[in-house]
Amino acid sequence: MKPAAFTYHRARSVSGAVGLLAELGDDAKVIAGGQSLVAMMNFRLARPEHLIDIARIPGLDTIVREGDALRVGALVTHHAVETADLGPDFRVLSEAMRWVGHLPIRTRGTVGGSIAHADATAEWCLLAVLLDARIVVEGPAGRRSIPAEEFFQGVFTTALEPDELIVEVEFPRPAPRATLTEFAERQGDFAIVAAAVDPDAPRVVLGGVAQVPLRVPAAEAVLAAGVAVAEVGEAAAAAIDVRDEPGASAHYRRALTRTLVTRACEEARTR
Amino acid sequence: MTREPRFDRTGRWVGASVPRREDPRLLAGRGRFVDDIALPRMLHAQFVRSTIAHGRIVAVDLGEVRAVPGVVAAFTAADLALGDITALLDRPPHEFVPTAMPVLALEKVRYVGEPVAIVVATDPYAAEDGVEAAVVEYEDLDPVVTDTAALADGAPLVHAEAPRNTLVDVSLFATEGIDDVFAQAPCVVRVRTKTGRQNALPLETRGVVAAWDDRDEQLHVQTNTQVPHQVRTVLAGCVGLHEKQVRVTVPDMGGGFGQKCVVGREEIATAAAALRLRRPVKWIEDRRDALTAAFLAREQRYDVRAAFDAEGRILGLDADVVCDMGAYSCYPFTAGIEPLMASAEMPSVYQVPAYRVRGRAVTTNKAPTAPYRGVSRPQYVMVVERLMERAARELGIDPVEIRRRNLITVFPYTGVNRITYDPGSYRESLDLCEQVLHDEGWYDVRARAVREGRVIGIGYSCFSERTGYGSGAFAQRKMQVVPGFDISEIRMDVSGTVSVTTGTMSHGQSHETTMAQIVADRLGLDIARIKIVQGDTDRITYGWGSFASRSITIGGSAVAAASGKLGEQLREIAAHLLDADVDATELDGDGGVRLRDDPARRLSFAELADVAYLRAHLLPKGIGPGLTASASFDVAGDGTFSNATHGVVVELDPGTGGVQILRYVCVEDCGVAIHPQVVEGQCRGGIAQGIAGALFEQVTYDDAGQPLAPSLMEYKVPTAAEIPDVAIHHLETPCAFTANGAKGAGEGGTIGAPAAVLNAVNDALRDTGVELDDTPIARETVHRALESALENAHV
Repeated sequence: MKPAAFTYHRARSVSGAVGLLAELGDDAKVIAGGQSLVAMMNFRLARPEHLIDIARIPGLDTIVREGDALRVGALVTHHAVETADLGPDFRVLSEAMRWVGHLPIRTRGTVGGSIAHADATAEWCLLAVLLDARIVVEGPAGRRSIPAEEFFQGVFTTALEPDELIVEVEFPRPAPRATLTEFAERQGDFAIVAAAVDPDAPRVVLGGVAQVPLRVPAAEAVLAAGVAVAEVGEAAAAAIDVRDEPGASAHYRRALTRTLVTRACEEARTR
Repeated sequence: MTREPRFDRTGRWVGASVPRREDPRLLAGRGRFVDDIALPRMLHAQFVRSTIAHGRIVAVDLGEVRAVPGVVAAFTAADLALGDITALLDRPPHEFVPTAMPVLALEKVRYVGEPVAIVVATDPYAAEDGVEAAVVEYEDLDPVVTDTAALADGAPLVHAEAPRNTLVDVSLFATEGIDDVFAQAPCVVRVRTKTGRQNALPLETRGVVAAWDDRDEQLHVQTNTQVPHQVRTVLAGCVGLHEKQVRVTVPDMGGGFGQKCVVGREEIATAAAALRLRRPVKWIEDRRDALTAAFLAREQRYDVRAAFDAEGRILGLDADVVCDMGAYSCYPFTAGIEPLMASAEMPSVYQVPAYRVRGRAVTTNKAPTAPYRGVSRPQYVMVVERLMERAARELGIDPVEIRRRNLITVFPYTGVNRITYDPGSYRESLDLCEQVLHDEGWYDVRARAVREGRVIGIGYSCFSERTGYGSGAFAQRKMQVVPGFDISEIRMDVSGTVSVTTGTMSHGQSHETTMAQIVADRLGLDIARIKIVQGDTDRITYGWGSFASRSITIGGSAVAAASGKLGEQLREIAAHLLDADVDATELDGDGGVRLRDDPARRLSFAELADVAYLRAHLLPKGIGPGLTASASFDVAGDGTFSNATHGVVVELDPGTGGVQILRYVCVEDCGVAIHPQVVEGQCRGGIAQGIAGALFEQVTYDDAGQPLAPSLMEYKVPTAAEIPDVAIHHLETPCAFTANGAKGAGEGGTIGAPAAVLNAVNDALRDTGVELDDTPIARETVHRALESALENAHV
């Protein structure tokens, strides 16, 4: 469990990092908190020849409220969000952080890193889709902003170009009633199923049931209708396409979806 | 009955939770573990490991490996030509098939992760680069991945010499007429269960630093083993050195739990490489290897029937036990460790009049097994406790009451398994445990739950645990290497402070504190003036290390006896110097000897030591210079049994199948607790590992024998978030034949937890018609049980 040899680069600025990415191409990986990448490197499942460390680039670790929007820098840690006072509008972000790994992971792992890694059960990926976030990235041609739903394309696959760096995640609208819940055997594990709802949008987003964080329009429609929350869960369970896998059958994933969506809706209604 | 303690309770040390002497260094990060050791010119080893579960080795090409920058050497089995590691039982061929475990695989590989070659490099990264460059050509053989596949007709053979892949097949007991007992019994219940393969998973993985010392003409091996002398013996044999040329020492250890009480192939290969290269070599097992290629345990299949009379009294037990021991027999215990433990002790805490058992160890293409805290007892206790609950349900008897009717209450009790149980508090611990759960209101919570839409159950387990297996007990297992006794040597130096050896080996159990407490009371000397020496084959005559909850019972007794002898010597010298009769003297409890009738006349140990060493001409006739004593202790009979009852309250989540432990109560009796806080730590840690087995951990493989849990993401060790606070209540039935009245306390927690948790879950499922017997309990299974009950209710 030791990584293969690599060359380490410390980027001092976003443009510096982008320049290195452009220069080194596919052989390079960006490292911030390293909570997913280093484990993969230790197993030699990932063996980048170059690591570009962005952890000390100034200005990427701030959380800024601008009008309705909340802009979260790519280097903000999960723990910083967990302990930040985001007010009622974005409380779901702080609350959801308790589901992210364990405290040591949360003190190092970053928002940008989690979204770039694009695990389909990761809380940040669900939250981004739930709240219609825009992923702000910078490349050689400058900045562009990608809607979360377009950003996540498949298992560990995103719309990020190899020479682009995530600099910020912008949450455009308040979501005072949004909630996220999930189920795993152990606290801190990747969820078997995770569910996030925002009754005001309305949005129902699931993790663990597809290759990307999955919006469930059928359930959103039921949620919008304002009927019993159990029906939202039922609609979500009926809408997903899951298969039997070791550790969880399709039937079980469906049942968890029903339960968790219902519970997330119940929690939202109390707000 | 009256219990007459034969131990000295007048001392002030035994029984006190004094600050642990290990804590200052460990809590400040100043401990020294194997990986903290760095020697000049030290190299780092890693292993080329089999990537397939079963195959013939066609060729091992290390040419590229040796070309990797930083790699200093790479050796195959043929290069090192080491002797095999072979553990034996004195049993006939139809009961036991000996198999050799080569240090490095030579002709065949038998599990994914089996070491094939050792790569030695200037740093651990280069060593892994070297491992990656190895080219091993295999001829694939069909893998044997489960116990049922191993026993199937025409199954491929893991070891050619072991037909039906069976290493041990022993029928220890078969009460005459037992078939009639079952035929005529009013109630027969049956439990068939499969328990998951587990990893003892010490926080500190295995590791070793080995170096040849030209001046001492000695191979010094610093390794985190529970059994230093056994490592010395095997290593000397494998590399062809005299035992005097091998010194095994053990630094601080971060747990062992049995995984380190057997001799590991990697520690031998690393030492052999150091010997060959004449340079220090370090090997630290990484977590992936620890999870996939270290010694595992606990994968067992039971088919057990129990016969009861109409009043719920057990009439007979008929058991078939198959243990999946993986690819090799471990040294010194052999693959018999699990089936023989289960066979010998399954009747547990109950009065079982008739008993039949067949115990088998089968070999499969999975990492080999070793003892793991509890050894089979977590499993058979679970089976027996399930049988009790099932019979209670069939007969309409309260599950606690049916246990009361069957518990052994008159001691000593000689069971159908020919073991004599010394006094314990079997009945008292059950009564107290039930009382505590009643008093805390959990039965009310359970009663209210139904109308509140909650699913809550209460479960118990009653068990005893043989601790302090002496030579006689192990000899009954027919081990060829028979552990049991312990030897202690004590030496007082010229200043009056003492150092005491123990052949036991603390791998986290605080022996430096607890053994010193025993010495302190025996000599009347502050523990600050006592040093405990362990884990050094050059300083300790011989020891069996620590396993089977033997340290305080046996090691502690030896330490007490040696201390007592030294005390006698001190009194003899003092009597001479004070011109008194020896009988007129006594240890004064404060580091001196005084006259019983004239306490002012006193000589301190320092004054006595001064005479013993520096003014030997003043010594009495017949007493030579120096202050040393030696004593040994062995258990004459069947050992001593600790006991406990665990009571658990669980809540199930019908929406997810989630299992939450609301309350955990442990009522334990380990005799005299030398250090109650240490005992409680042992209970809590053990219970956590038992809960892990019941609800979380499992080593899994795919059909090809590839490990599916190579990291802690897949191997679900519970964390502080999953393990509840445990309420511990103590009862004390002193052991009559250990020096301190103590019984062992190392394993009980692990033994009781799976049964109690499983029973609680089943109690919660009582209205569903579903009973779960397998562990770990899958959340999906719980969910399905509750879901189908809900559906049936709606129909």
